[in-house]
Amino acid sequence: MRPALSIVVFTVLAGAGYGVWTWLGVLLALRAYPPGRNATLLPLALGFALVSAGLVVSLLHLGQPQRAWRALTQWRTSWLSREGLAALLTYLPALALAGLVRGDASFLPARLVGALLALGALATVTCTARIYTSLPPIPAWRDRRVLPLFHLHALLSGGLWFAGGAQFAVRSTAGVALAFAWLLAVVLLLAANLKRAYWRALDAAPAPADAGRASGLAALGTVRAFEGPATEASYVTREMAFALARRHAARLRRIAAVLAYSLPFLLLCVAAFDMTLRPWVLPPAAIACTLGLLVERWLFFAEAKHVAAAYFP
Amino acid sequence: MTALPPPPPKKLGLVIDLDTCVGCHACAVACKSWNDGGAFGPLPDADPLGAAPDGVWFNRVHTYEVTGLGTAGAASEQRKADDGGRPEIPTAATAHSRVPPALTIHFPRSCLHCETPACVPVCPTGASYKRAEDGIVLVDADKCIGCQLCAWACPYGAREFSAARGVMQKCTLCVDRIYDDSLAPQDRQPACVAACPTRARHFGDLGDPHSEVSKLVAERGGFAPLQELGYAPVNRYLPPRPHRDDGAHAAAETAEAPLDGEALPPLLRWLDRLLSR
Ligand code: SF4
Ligand code: SF4
Repeated sequence: MRPALSIVVFTVLAGAGYGVWTWLGVLLALRAYPPGRNATLLPLALGFALVSAGLVVSLLHLGQPQRAWRALTQWRTSWLSREGLAALLTYLPALALAGLVRGDASFLPARLVGALLALGALATVTCTARIYTSLPPIPAWRDRRVLPLFHLHALLSGGLWFAGGAQFAVRSTAGVALAFAWLLAVVLLLAANLKRAYWRALDAAPAPADAGRASGLAALGTVRAFEGPATEASYVTREMAFALARRHAARLRRIAAVLAYSLPFLLLCVAAFDMTLRPWVLPPAAIACTLGLLVERWLFFAEAKHVAAAYFP
Repeated sequence: MTALPPPPPKKLGLVIDLDTCVGCHACAVACKSWNDGGAFGPLPDADPLGAAPDGVWFNRVHTYEVTGLGTAGAASEQRKADDGGRPEIPTAATAHSRVPPALTIHFPRSCLHCETPACVPVCPTGASYKRAEDGIVLVDADKCIGCQLCAWACPYGAREFSAARGVMQKCTLCVDRIYDDSLAPQDRQPACVAACPTRARHFGDLGDPHSEVSKLVAERGGFAPLQELGYAPVNRYLPPRPHRDDGAHAAAETAEAPLDGEALPPLLRWLDRLLSR
């Protein structure tokens, strides 16, 4: 599949934003988050910026972006429609929270709205992932690891942005921050292992179809696409038969893994051992992880093969 | 609404005979020509007369080469892949003992107007829909936002995004011809069917077991590819008929007896030696 830059950037940025909101919401709901208006407002705004930037970029993918509102109508059947709806609905608790924060951790409405924010954010990430997992012609996306990976990546990148951003607003929270650093390290290890398993499964998977199956002529003998239907490329060959980067896939996977997992892991360890270094290591960890996930998401498209590609020579 | 309608009373579709199709692309051209001025709006091309023309076609004709005809096991593999119950594709091997070395098969590819396609329910806007009355799958160009998810959802590569119009386009089964009373009755069929010089394309109701197209499918063992994905395509392809023995014989003769260079007249012998270097 051709990796559309708008979708790659959208899923990574919005995923990080929803991750920030999930952590914030969960910690608020559990009363595990330190009081102080700014302590809440800063990560809230950070999430808002990431989510909104992602959603705006996603509109660039559309042929008729001015009609985007129509995408909210078919939530009964379409995960894309559900994603749009969930994304918009999640703004409600975010805005409500901005109005509700008092700097008092036990303020019940803020805790409830925090829980709603986390639920909305997770639901939106789920819808995003389900768009991909519900497409029968692309077996690489139907892999059962795809859905948890979207969640883990959102929690990982969002967690790093949350920890990296919130510390400027939060004072004297070394205990919470330390626990959070270890929690993130666990999420990171889970994500890295699952992604490695996904890549292995992808390497072992057969091509989704060959010319014999695609044409239905396999019963006759060995089928080979002899001539394509046109001398020029078409939408389908460009979109579905994208094979440009598979050559570089191994190197790109290493780059993605180092940036998204190895580097943030090292930096998290540094932060855990010396909490005073947090301002110096956590923001770079968040940036590295996001860059790594951009490469990872690019590969998620570039390495996925569509059945229809088998029609072509 | 992108929810699929209940099974329609009629299942209009195409039956395409791969035995008689000569790969002339007349259907594809007729389709482009009709639909460019059809009810669903133009099919604009970028750079139509230039070096790299680019635009939407609803129907594209592929060409496949089949070798190893009648290799054991292939037929049973197909039976597994197909939805079962329908006759097996007659292969050269089951009908005759001598088979040609290869077949060239032209394969027109367009929307198969599936009964349970994923292209419709994934649409977030309701632009993609399946007609309840006859099962035709259409895109409403006025609602489509051009998200292209439906094209990803189609395993047959039947949907093409128009960069010029910013919307998805696909075969309409010439819904703007087949019901048009102002056309002569023989013209109330899809443009591709009317254009085919070898009558390899047939149009009709595949939901009616007594229709001409259904009879053809039953008689010739019509099939649809990629049934295992569960889209339940309506269109059918008719497999090539078994080859007659004499064709295979001729092929076998030309294949044997390597050229004896020394037996040639001097000029040709010299040429043969020159070319063999
Ligand atoms: S062939 Fe493709 S576009 Fe046509 S109905 Fe089936 S899935 Fe949809
Ligand atoms: S491209 Fe248009 S028809 Fe296809 S899913 Fe998107 S809105 Fe629906």
